[in-house]
Amino acid sequence: MGRIVLDTVTKSFGDAQVIPPLDLTIEDGEFAVFVGPSGCGKSTLLRLIAGLEDTTSGKIAIDGNDVTQVPPSKRGLAMVFQSYALYPHMSVRKNIAFPMRMAKMDQAEIDKKVEAAATSLNLLDYLDKKPGQLSGGQRQRVAIGRAIVREPAAFLFDEPLSNLDAALRVGMRMEILELHKKLNTTMIYVTHDQVEAMTMADKIVVLRAGNIEQVGSPLELYRNPRNLFVAGFIGSPTMNLITGAAAGSHGAETIGVRPEHISVSATEGTWSGTVGVSEHLGSDTFFHVHGTGLADTITVRADGEVDFKYGETIHLTPRSDVIHRFDAQGLRLG
Amino acid sequence: MAIVAETSRFSKTGRPILAWIVGLIFFFPIFWLVLTSFKTDADAVKPEHLIFFTPTLENYLNMTENYDYWRFAQNSVITSVFATIFALVVGIPCAYAMAFNPTRATKDVLMWMLSTKMLPAAAVLYPMTFITKSVGLFDTHFMVIVVLCLINLPIVIWMLFTYFKEIPKDIIEAAQMDGVNTWGEVREILIPLAWGGIVSTALLCFIFCWNEAYWTVRLTTTEAATLSKLIEGNRAPEGLFFGRLSAVSAAAVGPIVVLGWFCQKQLVQGLTFGAVK
Repeated sequence: MGRIVLDTVTKSFGDAQVIPPLDLTIEDGEFAVFVGPSGCGKSTLLRLIAGLEDTTSGKIAIDGNDVTQVPPSKRGLAMVFQSYALYPHMSVRKNIAFPMRMAKMDQAEIDKKVEAAATSLNLLDYLDKKPGQLSGGQRQRVAIGRAIVREPAAFLFDEPLSNLDAALRVGMRMEILELHKKLNTTMIYVTHDQVEAMTMADKIVVLRAGNIEQVGSPLELYRNPRNLFVAGFIGSPTMNLITGAAAGSHGAETIGVRPEHISVSATEGTWSGTVGVSEHLGSDTFFHVHGTGLADTITVRADGEVDFKYGETIHLTPRSDVIHRFDAQGLRLG
Repeated sequence: MAIVAETSRFSKTGRPILAWIVGLIFFFPIFWLVLTSFKTDADAVKPEHLIFFTPTLENYLNMTENYDYWRFAQNSVITSVFATIFALVVGIPCAYAMAFNPTRATKDVLMWMLSTKMLPAAAVLYPMTFITKSVGLFDTHFMVIVVLCLINLPIVIWMLFTYFKEIPKDIIEAAQMDGVNTWGEVREILIPLAWGGIVSTALLCFIFCWNEAYWTVRLTTTEAATLSKLIEGNRAPEGLFFGRLSAVSAAAVGPIVVLGWFCQKQLVQGLTFGAVK
């Protein structure tokens, strides 16, 4: 079990309030991702749940029990840190066994669980090595192993993949997802990378300056961003935001069109401009189009290998059924 | 290239020679002390017996037979060991709290502790003597231990604080998440990770306690008197007996020099801990 409820939780450091009153429920077994730009309070929120920071006011409950005043060691949660935070003076085996040893478990049981965790995380050959002798990916797996053996009510991940290179990051992402499917335990994952959020989450919590901007599934956020901030944050490349007459013609202050919802043509279209830099990925081609009179740059995503030369005139047509409309306050219309 | 070659030639030959010269200059007083301790009081002041003389153990025999050297040595060991232990027992939790749970006052507290070292000891001599005498603690081991512990505590806390600050906070927090209480954090994580620093702090504290003379000379007479008192007691009113004084001094500094020699690796390691990252 691992249902986590935050009830009007606030956090201030001195006079600065970093988390204004906030309510949030994470259901048992859910994979929730806190996402937002640097300094938005996502890590602070995770640390409040972990108990590593004290709440200024409000209540945190895990499985119905108020844990607001409970120390981190007694909350039954496990955390994986960005820096791995392994114990450098202990071998991999001792690192993984540590929480069980602290819980005074039977040695035979500890050995069995360490073996099982090491097997599932491909760490069997490294059990007697020290963390300093391992690669970044292996270290992160040890950190995950140390978290698994506790059988926690929920796992907390604080940007666990940020220190890994791109290829390893994708691999580890899949491993964490596999783990979630296998254990079916609540996981809360903090990242500033919206691709990680979109690919991993059951529920995304978008944060800005400590405020929750929107909560929903990845596709809900993608299809119906509640405001301009979420619209600009979710999706890669980011949504094109257009103001002025083009927006006015849709009865909005600002309209948003995703790059993949604009078709390109050499001969005709609603808007036209000149091709700037193109990014050819094989499966897709991204064009950065200038001089449309709509915005500095309009980004367009075309399927497959499409070739327009630098400086060439291009015609763009947005799909009218997926144009997002926002009012003067930046809130979604309709 | 020429600069590189010159630099490497200097590091290969020049640097060790320079190090030896500096080392010998520093070691010379000790050498001189030991040499004089094997001379008679008469020989010690005669220029013709500067290097060549007939060695004698007279001063050492005199010291053990007439001055009860072992009792003073025992007092030095007892007071230094216990003062060091108490300083660590108080210093470790204190440095831990300031390193991992700093508040706005932490810096000020650290500076305040250091500022106590700036107070001239003579300024509190009278109240200290008066208080210890009036509560019946004058010339007791307990009082010497407390005084030695307190005068070294600021340095101990500062050193430990510096070592503890080198330990990433994430590791302490990971331990908290792994179900460890505060004592467990100290025992399982802090002490093993900062072991080098703790040992060098303890060694330095022990050396300072052993060498302390101002208070141990003034607040003791016989019962808790340390080797510093023994040296001081050998200043005879009719003049200085250099041979005798040298033997007492050599016997007082000897144990600490031997300890320092065996622990030099640990000391250097501890004192340069975190200097290179």
